[in-house]
Amino acid sequence: MTLFTELTIFVLAAFVGFEVISKVPTTLHTPLMSQTNAIHGIVMLGGLIVVGYANDPLEYVIGTIAIAFGTINIVGGFMVTDRMLGMFSRKPKPKDGDGKGGSS
Amino acid sequence: MIAEAVLKPGGDAATALYIVSFSMFIFGVRRGTHPTTAKQGNTIAAAGMAVAVVTTLLLDGIGNWGLIAIGLAVGAAVGVIASVRVQMTQMPQMVALYNGVGGGAVALIAWSEIRHGIAEIDAGAIGSIPLETLVPVLLAAVIGSVSFWGSNIAFAKLQDLIPTRPLAVPGQQVVNALLLVGIVAACVNIALNNGDPSQALFIAILIAAALLGNLVVLPIGGADMPVVISLLNAFTGLSAAAAGFALENVALIVAGTLVGSSGTILTLEMATAMNRSVANILFAGFGGAPAAGAGTTEERPVTSIGAQDAAIKLAYADSVVIVPGYGLAVAQAQHAIKEVADALEQRGVEVNYAIHPVAGRMPGHMNVLLAEADVPYEQLKEMDEVNPEMPRTGVAVVIGANDVTNPAAKDDPDSPIAGMPIIEVDQAQQAIVIKRSLSPGFAGIDNDLFYAPNTSMLFGDAKQVASDIASEVQGL
Repeated sequence: MTLFTELTIFVLAAFVGFEVISKVPTTLHTPLMSQTNAIHGIVMLGGLIVVGYANDPLEYVIGTIAIAFGTINIVGGFMVTDRMLGMFSRKPKPKDGDGKGGSS
Repeated sequence: MIAEAVLKPGGDAATALYIVSFSMFIFGVRRGTHPTTAKQGNTIAAAGMAVAVVTTLLLDGIGNWGLIAIGLAVGAAVGVIASVRVQMTQMPQMVALYNGVGGGAVALIAWSEIRHGIAEIDAGAIGSIPLETLVPVLLAAVIGSVSFWGSNIAFAKLQDLIPTRPLAVPGQQVVNALLLVGIVAACVNIALNNGDPSQALFIAILIAAALLGNLVVLPIGGADMPVVISLLNAFTGLSAAAAGFALENVALIVAGTLVGSSGTILTLEMATAMNRSVANILFAGFGGAPAAGAGTTEERPVTSIGAQDAAIKLAYADSVVIVPGYGLAVAQAQHAIKEVADALEQRGVEVNYAIHPVAGRMPGHMNVLLAEADVPYEQLKEMDEVNPEMPRTGVAVVIGANDVTNPAAKDDPDSPIAGMPIIEVDQAQQAIVIKRSLSPGFAGIDNDLFYAPNTSMLFGDAKQVASDIASEVQGL
């Protein structure tokens, strides 16, 4: 990928982000923040690439911690969002939504 | 073993799968903006993440499976346990913590990339680290480190590990500015010497950025923390995008940018809901001037009542509006207050809940908390809906809320919260404020409501008081 391809992707993605999130009801600010928070856990891929191709001890350590951090971000983020949204969705029908689990 | 299934890094198949993955993120976030589809949207985004992770694991040449497994297992275990155990009241600090580890991961990856580049130069494989790799790495390092430490401070403040009130250091802005200049200078130095970049200098950058993250967030009061967390969330997104530029990974670029820009919008919307500007929140040290309010605090008379009096006032009112705040959540009084509401409704009293946009500690936080206590959705009224009805409301019960009811926001242009939209409890025929003491709220300012002639204070633990009132009402 050339730098300019990457920049094009960056600019378009920025506009998509603005567009997609506009006019969110306040009620959903907390879960949405939590969900987008989980999405940036994707840096974990960087950790996988670092460790996957690493061949010196310090990089093993740095990379493994990065993977663990990223995974906490991803798994925790999506699960906690799921729990929060479960509170909302169980309201119309008083069926027990069993707050936890479900995602990834 | 899985050697047959490998994908070429940067190859068509891997890129195609990454495109699938980020499309699912975009779609998931889009679904997340409507209450009915939000849960499904979150599941879609999580599935997109699974696609991205599996794709990366299948890349050709990925090794060190033991370490990868350890990282994944530890991270997943911590993430699962934390998210299952966390109380709904602690949601803001949970998000801060997750955001922090994300930023930390970015900073570590950036460090590793630099080391990688230096190793290649030493081995003679490349003459210098190309700037299109080096610049994003430096950006990722700085923003990631700021985000990691800033988020940790935000977490510590919300978890009451350190004082929530603004901690100001003299000359703070100067120190911050110097740190920033130093970081930029060091980055420029590394970029100019890209044939022989200094790892020590890079580590110094990480440390300086860490200091900056601490110093910027420390002076911010607890009330503004949600906005700060949202902003740091956007920052971490951008740093992830920067890491994507360095690693030439399209999934990272799109997902990171998506979070960066949507996080920015979310931050601005939150700031608007609090009637503050983001710059004001970051640099004003909110509540840093409580002296003005504190001067007038001394010994003003308040009317104090007990649970029985409160029960009588409530039981003989036509309509009651409950104004819940974070204190209600801390005391776990959601269920007790629901009992009060049920008992009152049995007597034919109309009960509603007035939800301030930033009630709790984040926009929408209170809705989550009351939903947890099975409060019917129809009884949750938004501020704009409730305020015009206030003069016709018999009794407004403020439970664990403070700043969001402070009439100073309307009346006193010099107040630190001037202009913040409030629930106009002072307009109700009577007000009962359930609170532990007269101590000021998150904003660190005194609340005139407590001293108004038609306000009664009921001191005590929100949960205890609410169940006392409930049994008194039932006994009437």
